[in-house]
Amino acid sequence: MSETTASLLPGQDVLETAETWAREGRLTALATVIETWGSAPRPVGSHLVIDSDGQFEGSVSGGCVEGAVITEALDVIESRVPKILEFGVADETAWRVGLSCGGRIRVYVEPLGGATL
Amino acid sequence: MDVTLLQELNQARAARRAVMLVTHLDTGAQRLIHRGDVAETDPLAEEAGKRFLSGKSGLFSDADGAELFLTVHLPPPRLVIIGAVHISKALVPMAQLAGFDVRVIDPRGAFATEARFPAELLHADWPEDVLAQHPLDPYTALAAVTHDPKIDDFPLEQALRTGCFYVGALGSRKTHGKRVERLLAAGLSEAQIQRIDAPIGLSIGAASPAEIAVSVLASIIAALRLPAETR
Repeated sequence: MSETTASLLPGQDVLETAETWAREGRLTALATVIETWGSAPRPVGSHLVIDSDGQFEGSVSGGCVEGAVITEALDVIESRVPKILEFGVADETAWRVGLSCGGRIRVYVEPLGGATL
Repeated sequence: MDVTLLQELNQARAARRAVMLVTHLDTGAQRLIHRGDVAETDPLAEEAGKRFLSGKSGLFSDADGAELFLTVHLPPPRLVIIGAVHISKALVPMAQLAGFDVRVIDPRGAFATEARFPAELLHADWPEDVLAQHPLDPYTALAAVTHDPKIDDFPLEQALRTGCFYVGALGSRKTHGKRVERLLAAGLSEAQIQRIDAPIGLSIGAASPAEIAVSVLASIIAALRLPAETR
């Protein structure tokens, strides 16, 4: 029973939202937590979906780094090239955001629906 | 991710089938592995088997040293409540908030009304009929709360045979004693019957129906999250 599979409330499933947005023709990116060290707030496998207007659903960190992930996701939506982001104390100067809990996370950001473009 | 692949992933999840997304982090290439449909020659067959048991997503280096990310999707936990009673009225919204997909089954028309429960989760039929259409599975918890053996016994037996991750039954110790005798007579083993949470719920001194619902939900979450030996 993975804790990443249960959504908070019915109708708030991030991957279903991602499919709906992609079908509506919205340009979107999907961010996934792929690795965590220390006390990271969201488990590996957590998703955040972002569209080209900066609207988003889901979470990868409980609010600490979402802003930076969204900014990077807008680049990914434009370039159609996936990228890996790393956040944490060690990267504070590089990203100017960090996890207040002291943990570190790695996030994979990929374009959605690339094949249809 | 390709939209067609995302659709296939979401369809498997909607149908309560376990599925794993494989992503090559260097190339961005992706594919799906469905539980129970893995080719023996698949280089990820062994790893997929482990992941489907643990439910844990994570990184994996394949034989060529390429970095893969495996996203494991097990079906979300479901709660089947036998009995559209007062406790159920409180348990339904609580369990939904906690992320459970909830169903209520009760053949008694006076209890199973759409005025009392949301129509989309209510089945006003005998458990025998409803469970034939919507079978139980190991990702499901079952709570039998009607007090009526004619209604509760069949789904309890099914839940134990299916390996539902939680099986609870309302009733006093005396009532449960008689229930154990009936289940033994039905051919269940003592080990199977011991899995029943009875008296139902975590011992928190619950008095009102809503408090009992809290204690039942707490027991269900413990069964879901804690290893068996620590409960």
